[in-house]
Amino acid sequence: MTDPPALAPVAVVAKGLSLTFGSGAEATRALEGVDLTILRGEFVSLIGPSGCGKTTLLRAIADLERPTGGTLLVNGMTAELARKQRAYGYVFQAPALYPWRNVERNVMLPLEIMGVPRAERRDLARRNLQLVGLTEVARRFPWQLSGGMQQRVSIARALSFSPSLLLMDEPFGALDEITRDGLNLHLHELWRSTGMTIVFVTHSIPEAVYLSTRIVVMSPQPGRIVDVIDCDLDPQRPLEIRDTAAFSAIGSRVRRALHSGASHD
Amino acid sequence: MTEAVRRTLPVIVVVVGLLVVWYAAAILGDLPQARDLATPGAAPTTLVRMALALERPLVPAPHQVAAALIAGLVQPLNSPRSLIYHAAVTASSAIVGFALAFVLGIALAIGIVNVRIFDRSIMPWIIASQTVPALAVAPMVVVVLGNAGLTGLVPKALIAAWLSFFPIVTSMVAGLRSPERIQLDLLRTYSAGGWDVFARLRWPASMAFLFPGMKIAASLAVVGAIVAELPTGAQAGLGARLLGASYYGQTLQLWAALAMASLLAVAAVAAADAARAVLVRARGGRL
Repeated sequence: MTDPPALAPVAVVAKGLSLTFGSGAEATRALEGVDLTILRGEFVSLIGPSGCGKTTLLRAIADLERPTGGTLLVNGMTAELARKQRAYGYVFQAPALYPWRNVERNVMLPLEIMGVPRAERRDLARRNLQLVGLTEVARRFPWQLSGGMQQRVSIARALSFSPSLLLMDEPFGALDEITRDGLNLHLHELWRSTGMTIVFVTHSIPEAVYLSTRIVVMSPQPGRIVDVIDCDLDPQRPLEIRDTAAFSAIGSRVRRALHSGASHD
Repeated sequence: MTEAVRRTLPVIVVVVGLLVVWYAAAILGDLPQARDLATPGAAPTTLVRMALALERPLVPAPHQVAAALIAGLVQPLNSPRSLIYHAAVTASSAIVGFALAFVLGIALAIGIVNVRIFDRSIMPWIIASQTVPALAVAPMVVVVLGNAGLTGLVPKALIAAWLSFFPIVTSMVAGLRSPERIQLDLLRTYSAGGWDVFARLRWPASMAFLFPGMKIAASLAVVGAIVAELPTGAQAGLGARLLGASYYGQTLQLWAALAMASLLAVAAVAAADAARAVLVRARGGRL
């Protein structure tokens, strides 16, 4: 809906970002001193063990959490303003579909809220369901679909209003490996064809290496970035690329960074 | 065993069990009266037969109640002995009372969920209102409203509403608060306003909670309407019929009116279920 060229070349900038839950002895330092710049069109994965603040960082970008220190800009504006301008689509760990709406009407939910006319809503819903390969179940209800299909519906919903930024919080974490492979392939093609910026939280090293242009490795207590690894694999990525030496080399670097982060404690 | 048998067998066993107990109670309860009426030295079988056919039994037998109920149903509708006529009078105040409770209960629930002061200030009163026995309040309501010139349907409907609105408020408050964090976060990412959160999430989510509450409310509206007829000196309605029958010791008439009242409550609950079925169908088979 927004005009891409008018946007800043930088999608997300975090400088000295910190976020603490609670206070006093109970305080949890979810993020501390996070510096990160995400360029438009990048696919950046946030990886790390649980408690490393990767989801918190994503939620802060989405203005679902308020940082307690530092600066955070999304599309050149505050995260709150970016959220109010509907700058991003968000895919949660769970599909979060509304059970009383059928698939098509779930995809239309953001469009209804944003005041898109009815005919256009239906059109956009159809197009985005096609994008995730679910046109044939448009009239079904969420409980009639498998977990993988539900998550694809939630991706179609996030894409429905064509955000320039897609935030994904372990979207495939609950799915079996075969379904996950298929969705990874699909997501990669989607990213290549749309030129969107994607920030992707995961705890799977192969998934991060397969999908990303850069991998941000994080570590807990306090949540922080320990390494940022470039992932310059061939943009053509069949699933078999995971068997190549280049792929394993990047995977090893990520693994080493994860271990070095853990040994800090 | 086939599926049909497996399903109906427990029901049949319970019904037969109840009938056996009921007949036993009727015989035990009515034998003394039968013995008084019978000629001395009558055979026990004669006594039992008499006990089960008394005009004013202490405990009427099932077949007697059924006969009295049918007799009441086949009366012309304008007859004061017609149970359909009395049921219609009670039903009209129950329906108006339920409608009132429905609108008021949902409005209150929306207020309680959206305005914190409402939650603190009104909820205790709502709970307190239900601890006051309706039977005690009913005469006061009738007298006060009668002085204000309101008689007939209005006071009865208000008492029915009094009992009926509580399950609607509580189930609706629970329903409007039922959306999960993730569902609310989703709307926040769309920068959705308060109205969208209400109309697209809280309201549809509350329906699964509203209907069980509505079933209870529907039967309570019938109870309320009957209770309201007791102290009002009403000439019509199942409550009036119950009171009159009890006053004149017409136990068969009393039990027939009771049976009619429970049929009315069953119909009210069935109506709530039918409304639920419509929504379930619109939602593809699940609420």
